Amino acid sequence: MHDFDYEAPTTLSDAVAFMARHSGGVKPMAGGTDLIDQMRVGVLTPGTLLDVKKIRELNAVQCDATGLALGAAVPCYRIYGDRSIVQKYSALADSCQIIGGIQIQSRASVGGNLCNSGPAADSTPSLIALEAVCVIAGPQGRREVPVEAFCTGPGKNVLKPGELLVELRFPPRPTDSGSHYRRFIPRNEMDIAVVGVAASVQLDRDRTHFVSARIALGAVAPTPLLAADAGAVLAGQPVGDEAISRAAEAARAVVSPITDMRGTREFRIHLTGVLTRRVLNAAVARARGEQVDCRPGH
Amino acid sequence: MSKKRVVTSTINDNVVEFLCEPRQTLLEVLRTTLNLTGTKEGCANGNCGACTVLMDGRPVVSCLVLAVEAEGRNVRTIEGVAQGSHLDEVQKAFLEGAALQCGICTPGFIMQTEALLAENPDPTEDDVRFFLAGNLCRCTGYDKIVRAVLTAAAARRTSAS
Repeated sequence: MHDFDYEAPTTLSDAVAFMARHSGGVKPMAGGTDLIDQMRVGVLTPGTLLDVKKIRELNAVQCDATGLALGAAVPCYRIYGDRSIVQKYSALADSCQIIGGIQIQSRASVGGNLCNSGPAADSTPSLIALEAVCVIAGPQGRREVPVEAFCTGPGKNVLKPGELLVELRFPPRPTDSGSHYRRFIPRNEMDIAVVGVAASVQLDRDRTHFVSARIALGAVAPTPLLAADAGAVLAGQPVGDEAISRAAEAARAVVSPITDMRGTREFRIHLTGVLTRRVLNAAVARARGEQVDCRPGH
Repeated sequence: MSKKRVVTSTINDNVVEFLCEPRQTLLEVLRTTLNLTGTKEGCANGNCGACTVLMDGRPVVSCLVLAVEAEGRNVRTIEGVAQGSHLDEVQKAFLEGAALQCGICTPGFIMQTEALLAENPDPTEDDVRFFLAGNLCRCTGYDKIVRAVLTAAAARRTSAS
C-alpha cells in the first residue's frame, strides 16, 4: 500500500477542522472495508486517512419517538442487532444482514456504503425507502441532503472537499407500516446485487388499503433510484395483486440498467418487476404484523 | 515517509507493544512483526476469510484492518485458541472430522466458529452455513467443516452442562 498518515480525531469539530486544513488528500474512513482494498490496489491514494470511528456523533444510534439517528460510522452488526431498528426500520436491518459476510458486517458502515456511492450498494435503497436524510458537516457548517439526492454517479456524490457525512436521520415510523429490502444474486450470500429493491408501505387502520409507499431501486441505473411514481400509484389503492403489479410496472419504467457480467439489461428490467412485487408483499405482511423470514436463500 | 506509530494491544491475553506504519494491515503486522503466522493471507481483499481474527470478540478480516486501529483493542488469533497443548473443542472437531485438507483456510474457519459459538451455542446447520459464508475453502466442499462445527458446538454444550 502507498505511504499515508493516519489521524483518529475524537470530536467532530477536530475532524472538520483537520479536513479544512488539509484541503484534498484526506479521506475519511469508517469500517475501511471498501477503502483499504481500494488503497491496496492503488485506486485511491489519500495522503491522510481520517479514522472517524472515535467521533461520538458518527458512532451513535438513537432510535426513539422522534425517529432514528444513525451515526455514519456505525457498523452493520450493531444495526441488525438493535431490536427497535429491526422492528421499525426493517428494510435497513435486512440490508445490513446481507452486506458481505459476518466479518465485513463487523466493520462496514451504512455511511461508508453511501459515501462509496456504488450503484449496487445494498443499504442505499433502504435508506431512500425509509426517507433518510444525510446530515453533512463541513467548513461552512451543516447541511442536509435527502439520500435520493446524495449519489450523482457511480462512485460520485454531493460531498464537497472538506465535508463529512455525520449521520443519517430517519423520520418516525407510522403505525401500520412495514418495509423490506431484497436483492437478487445467483448465490445465497456474499455477492453483489444484480438488482436490489427496497419498499416501505403505510396501510390504513384496517390494513386493507395503501396510504402511501416508497420504492427504491439499486443496480439498475448509475445511482440508486427513488421510483417515486411506483410508490405514488399505490396511494389509496386496495392492497392486492392488481395495485402491486401496477407499482411493479411503474418501477420497470424508470430503470436504465446496463448489461454486464452479472446480468443483461433485459434480465435486470425483468428482475425489477419481480422483486418489486415480492418486496411490496413482504412490506405489507410486516405492516400487518406478520413475520417475514428474509434470510438470503430462503 | 509517515512516522511509525507505537501501538499497544492485548493479543491473546498478553499486552503487546509494537511499531507499525499506518499503511500496514493488522494481518501484515501479526505475521511479520509479531511472528504470529497462524493467521493466513488468502485473497488480501476481504473475500475469503482466511485472515479472520477476533477484535473485542467480533470476527474481522485482518487484511482490511489497519494495525494502528488495534490500539487499545483486544485481539484474539488462532494462537490464542488452544490452552498449551490442549486443543479446544473446535480444533479437536476439525482435526477428528478431517475438516481440512491444505489447511490455509482453517485458522480463519476456527476463529469464525469461535465467534459463532460465543453468540449461538446451539446453531442449526443453516445457522452455521450462513455464519461461515465469509470463509472460503477450495479443498473440502464445506460439508466436513459444517459437521465439525456442529460437533464442536455439541461438545462444548456437554462440557458446559
